[in-house]
Amino acid sequence: MSVIAREHTGFVPSLRRVYALVLRHTYLLRSSGPRILELVYWPTVQMILWGFITVFLVGHSTWIAQASGVLLSGVLLWDVLFRSQLGVSLVFMEEMWSRNLGHLFVSPLRPFELGCALITMSLIRTLIGVGGAALIAIPLFQYSIFSLGLPLLAFFTNLIVMGWAIGLLVSGIVLRYGLGAESMAWIAIFAVQPISGVYYPIETLPVWLQYVAAILPSSHVFEGMRSVLFDHTFRVDLLLHAVLLNVAYLAAGFVSFLAFFKVARVRGQLLHVGE
Amino acid sequence: MADNLVSLRYSQTLMSSSVVSVSHISKHFGNLIAVDDVSFDVVPQSTTALLGGNGAGKTTTLSMLLGLLLPTAGSISVFGVDMLRDRYRVLPRLNFSSPYVDLPRRLTVRENLTVYARLYGIIDIGARINALSEELQIGRFLKRPYGQLSAGEKTRVVLAKALLNEPELLLLDEPTASLDPDTADYVRGMLEAYRKRTGTTMLLASHNMSEVERLCDDVIMLRAGKLVDRGTPGQLLARYGRRNMEEVFIDIARERRLELAPDDQQAAKP
Repeated sequence: MSVIAREHTGFVPSLRRVYALVLRHTYLLRSSGPRILELVYWPTVQMILWGFITVFLVGHSTWIAQASGVLLSGVLLWDVLFRSQLGVSLVFMEEMWSRNLGHLFVSPLRPFELGCALITMSLIRTLIGVGGAALIAIPLFQYSIFSLGLPLLAFFTNLIVMGWAIGLLVSGIVLRYGLGAESMAWIAIFAVQPISGVYYPIETLPVWLQYVAAILPSSHVFEGMRSVLFDHTFRVDLLLHAVLLNVAYLAAGFVSFLAFFKVARVRGQLLHVGE
Repeated sequence: MADNLVSLRYSQTLMSSSVVSVSHISKHFGNLIAVDDVSFDVVPQSTTALLGGNGAGKTTTLSMLLGLLLPTAGSISVFGVDMLRDRYRVLPRLNFSSPYVDLPRRLTVRENLTVYARLYGIIDIGARINALSEELQIGRFLKRPYGQLSAGEKTRVVLAKALLNEPELLLLDEPTASLDPDTADYVRGMLEAYRKRTGTTMLLASHNMSEVERLCDDVIMLRAGKLVDRGTPGQLLARYGRRNMEEVFIDIARERRLELAPDDQQAAKP
């Protein structure tokens, strides 16, 4: 009698295989205190820094005084985007660091399923990291990002999806160019920060940059966040823009990852990973 | 041309149904030709060695068979399935081990095996890991992180991973590389017993000639990416007039087949 279950060979990703890879990274997180600390450390430090800046500016800026949570919401939501992208890229690089890709891709695991596992782990890591910082902000600065209500869910979802898309692209680049390109994982996302309007309205940007901002889901999310905080209105138009852009971004993220994967198979980079 | 004739002639003497069928594969990396128009078949329940010096194309050939590397030209079928188009249909039926591919070091041996058992869809994971840990004597370090094991222990764990799905085709890249003689002998004995028990077809790349003589009933010789000879160890010993495969290996590596003096051939007869 065969020891393996009947294999389904269709296009639909196997949840069993996705779960197997999520389990692998959960084992890793569970066994490594520094990795868990790293998840919470930076979002918390950022939140504390911007919390004190808020405390200072509330007395010196009428704009901040109108909605004191605007900077803290910005920093926490920015960290959703950053952590989400970093989560995908770091989890992928764990496979490269451990020289495990050869075993993975000789197993029935499809690259698309690896992508699904990466974004699942990214979600878990982001919830731990940013969730922890958001909870600490409540007693520390008497500000709860959860007071944004249901719109918070829309903002969170859009930012995490955008992070997945960029994370998949970065993972593909690291696979293609080797671990020498791993610093991309930490710096890539910051290229969009100035034009996402995290801490200021998009109209602050020069007109030509506002056009660039319009093709970033993140800029619509942060505009929507300010609309909720300042005007107490939820802008459905901004949400729709962000969702439509994110559909395209995520598709492009997966397509680029799969394309880089194919290049890696041509160049023999699945067995010989390194710089 | 002559290389292909060697392959063709040998193939005709073997069973017609093949587990692996490689047809005119080549792999170029820019100007470097790593594998050059290689063809061969692997018959069921055989153990075939890919032999050759460093840079001969053994690992590149294995990587193409596994689908980790796409050939520049040629076709590969495993169990009758085109590996370039449909590899996911056959991946559950094969497995591999290589000293150049690790397992996650922070995960314990049991965690590693559990992850791969899930990837392969093993029905009773606990029972399978227990059976393998008994067979490969890895029970005492199941709870230890893989990264803390010795080279010999790691080899056994990677073999356990390679046997999780009871593969019908097992590809082994230098299975005893960097092992001490005692551990290497244990691994060869285990592979021998496993093949006898399960009828698994094995294809291994190796530098170790005593390993090849002991385990393999078919040897494919590669040099500079080309298939230069093929036969059973006995056939190759007779053809080169040598007493052991190490001498055959050196002859082939140094292109000495046609330079053998008649006296040498006489002296080398068993």
